[in-house]
Amino acid sequence: MKNFQHTEANQPAQAIQQIGAGAGTKFIAGGTNLVDLMKYGVEQPDALVDISRLALAKIEKTATGIRIGALALNSDMAEHPLVTGQFSLLSEALLAGASPQLRNMATLGGNLMQRTRCNYFYDVSQPCNKRQGPTAQAGCGALEGYNRIHAILGLESGDLNQSCIATNPSDMNVALAALDAVVNVSGPAGQRTIPIRDFHRLAGTKPQLDTTLAPNELITSIDLTTPQRAGNSHYLKVRDRASYAFALVSVATRLVVENGRIQDVRLALGGVAHKPWRLTTVEQQLIGKPATEASFREAARQLVAGAKGFEHNAFKIELAQSAIVRALQTVAA
Amino acid sequence: MTDNDNYVVDGAGRRWFLKQSTALAGTLLLPPLTTQASTHPAAAPDTTTPARSITLRINRKTYKLTAEPRETLLDLMRDRLNLTGSKKGCDHGQCGACTVHIDGRRAYSCLTLAVMQQGRDITTIEGLGTESALHPLQAAFIEHDGFQCGFCTPGQLMAGAALLKEGHTGSADEIREWMSGNICRCGAYPGIVAAIQSVRKGGIPG
Repeated sequence: MKNFQHTEANQPAQAIQQIGAGAGTKFIAGGTNLVDLMKYGVEQPDALVDISRLALAKIEKTATGIRIGALALNSDMAEHPLVTGQFSLLSEALLAGASPQLRNMATLGGNLMQRTRCNYFYDVSQPCNKRQGPTAQAGCGALEGYNRIHAILGLESGDLNQSCIATNPSDMNVALAALDAVVNVSGPAGQRTIPIRDFHRLAGTKPQLDTTLAPNELITSIDLTTPQRAGNSHYLKVRDRASYAFALVSVATRLVVENGRIQDVRLALGGVAHKPWRLTTVEQQLIGKPATEASFREAARQLVAGAKGFEHNAFKIELAQSAIVRALQTVAA
Repeated sequence: MTDNDNYVVDGAGRRWFLKQSTALAGTLLLPPLTTQASTHPAAAPDTTTPARSITLRINRKTYKLTAEPRETLLDLMRDRLNLTGSKKGCDHGQCGACTVHIDGRRAYSCLTLAVMQQGRDITTIEGLGTESALHPLQAAFIEHDGFQCGFCTPGQLMAGAALLKEGHTGSADEIREWMSGNICRCGAYPGIVAAIQSVRKGGIPG
């Protein structure tokens, strides 16, 4: 691993000052993703600002729901009564991810910023637009390579040779997309809020960027709003082994049914795109429909419309639809 | 060794300049050597090395030493503190062989930077039990064939000991799920699950 300077921040404002413009400097908290990437030489920061001691780990009630501090550990979030009580979908997704050890280390902010697990991104001997940036014109090793874990959606814009077909690997992010989380961030210019749908981005012409967070901005917390009617929720994760594996496809859903008709629904997919995949138009079309397999199948078809399969991942198009139907049936039962 | 020994470790970690109890610390502590020996971590000597003095608390002993920010807790313990019980399996947080407890919670020491662990209470397999007084789970691993080659065993034991305190031991399935962060290539899983169940039935160890 390349050597680097290490400084500790005591206050969020100090952390933002220490990161400067963010060129060559990164924040570190749990380190489960960053240290791993540094060992592979994928990330080579000159300096790390240690934010792990900042007082940003609180999970608390707000007027409209709950606020979770950016440094809350994944394990603490998953077991906190405020989360398991009102947002069991988030708890379920967190417990489907990683291992107990990693969940004890990884933070909320770090999970939001988790980088893709694409093998070509991790292997520095392979061409990768995400790792090398678009100006390098490196190309994408996964396009013609072993692309089993890669994206099938959100690939419409531009030339894929100059873009990226990697997926966002986080389970938590899929649940947060379904829950309409709001990300609170601080930067040199002050504070701002980013709705989760705008926080993660499609690769497009800037495959190097996973999120819309500026390099010198610090995530401080997220806000979740308690839904008026909770209904039932479920996180369904399909993977190559029963535990401790990334999702091939996952579905986060929340459903409210009254008299057999759908009153409210949220549907977000993981493992299929560069960001959690959610189409509110599909959800709106489900309102008022009977909570039956036929309705669920139609929604599933619409949610993956335009999907593109590659040599090793075309199976995901059908798998995603089956998973959507299964997840909706589970919460409708 | 007593529980409160202080150790000052030289740059190469091949010798421990120590060795007195806290009652005498302050009067007898040797200053840490600032020179980095050429044998120290894998990369070529770096004249601008950002090494710094740190203090770590491991198995109720205090270690004062100089560390580079890039040193993982696992490498530092194994290469410089003679704490080789924690194993380096994958070195990427995928196998669990390096599992330790940090402030009572299980964590992977291979993805943990040592400089970030000051003030934390670290326990390794060397601090779990002793030959004459095994941790109940260590005794149960022997009783239930919880290992073959033994390489993953320190990590399995640290994960299992944490699991027993966490309480996710309601069923064999639950134990398997909550032990999934530790891989055993010998396939000793049935013995590991049986060992954890036997300790659970005999009462949670303190």
